[in-house]
Amino acid sequence: MLLPYFQAIEAGIIGETIRESTWLFPFVEAFHLVALAVIGGAVLVVDVRLLGFGLKRQPVSELARDAQPWLIGSLLFMIASGVPLFMSEAIKCYYSFAFWTKMTALALAIIFSFTIRRRVALAGETRIDPFWMRVVGATSILLWSTVGWGGRWIGFS
Amino acid sequence: MILHNLMQWMADTPWSVGLHESRYAYSIIESIHVWTLCVFVGFAVFLDLRLLGVTLKGVPVSQITERILPWTKVAFVIMVISGVLLFFAIPLRTYHNVFFRLKAVLLVLAALNAWVFHNGGMYRRLAEWDSAQVTPRAAKLAGAFSLALWVAIIFSGRMIAYNWFDCESPQKAAWIDMLSGCDRTEEAP
Repeated sequence: MLLPYFQAIEAGIIGETIRESTWLFPFVEAFHLVALAVIGGAVLVVDVRLLGFGLKRQPVSELARDAQPWLIGSLLFMIASGVPLFMSEAIKCYYSFAFWTKMTALALAIIFSFTIRRRVALAGETRIDPFWMRVVGATSILLWSTVGWGGRWIGFS
Repeated sequence: MILHNLMQWMADTPWSVGLHESRYAYSIIESIHVWTLCVFVGFAVFLDLRLLGVTLKGVPVSQITERILPWTKVAFVIMVISGVLLFFAIPLRTYHNVFFRLKAVLLVLAALNAWVFHNGGMYRRLAEWDSAQVTPRAAKLAGAFSLALWVAIIFSGRMIAYNWFDCESPQKAAWIDMLSGCDRTEEAP
């Protein structure tokens, strides 16, 4: 059903340019990895705190507020570098289990991060039971890790 | 030449061959390497950004070094082990890979930078600027160096996978061959 769209994307000018260049794909990919490190830090600073470790003397709401622009910034950077990578091999992605796993996890991770996790983090330890903070932190780590692992495995298929 | 022969010997060990030929082991180790990169560099980036005074401004620097650095260290150990295994799977090619050599140099520089930061006078006077939102110039420099080095390390690490400059690929430039330690006369028929 979606295959014709993926074929059109792969045949498009951006996909073609990246495929024909030796350096472009590795370079965009390396930028994608740098942004991965930043998003990892932005997510984990808050999640580790939600789990009850890390910067325990700081209110979780303060950490969440500090990390928020870096989370959004690196996420936009990830998408901006990830979309051209996808365009260069859209048909391969269409048939890749890892790709669909990653996209599903990504959608869930984004929704979870900007709804439940954001509210819990901003409400803070005074209003949320530590047990639920842990559940939220663990869920976030699990979802984002699936995104990362899925992404790495697109390259192995 | 001694190292070259050592790598050749390593490549011929059953463990190296096993890793290289295994269906999943290499991919799993590589994924672990990338995941710990995310944890280790991610936390390192946030310490660097704090040193630059751009985020976590309300958090004392000592809180980050005391409470985050242990996590960073664990991730670093896993990262080194997985990295060594990746090297061990393809020793000879990696040893002659110019990006691997660049990465090794950059890692030494990053270690030096971290050592200077943790042993320098500025860190001994940490109590004076621990909670300062505007950090001293030396702290900013250490943070900026670290950020630049890790970006370069990620880049060179990613590029190891490509064989543009390998000894087995057509020669691109004599100086790259020199840096890679390629001896092309050896392969002449």
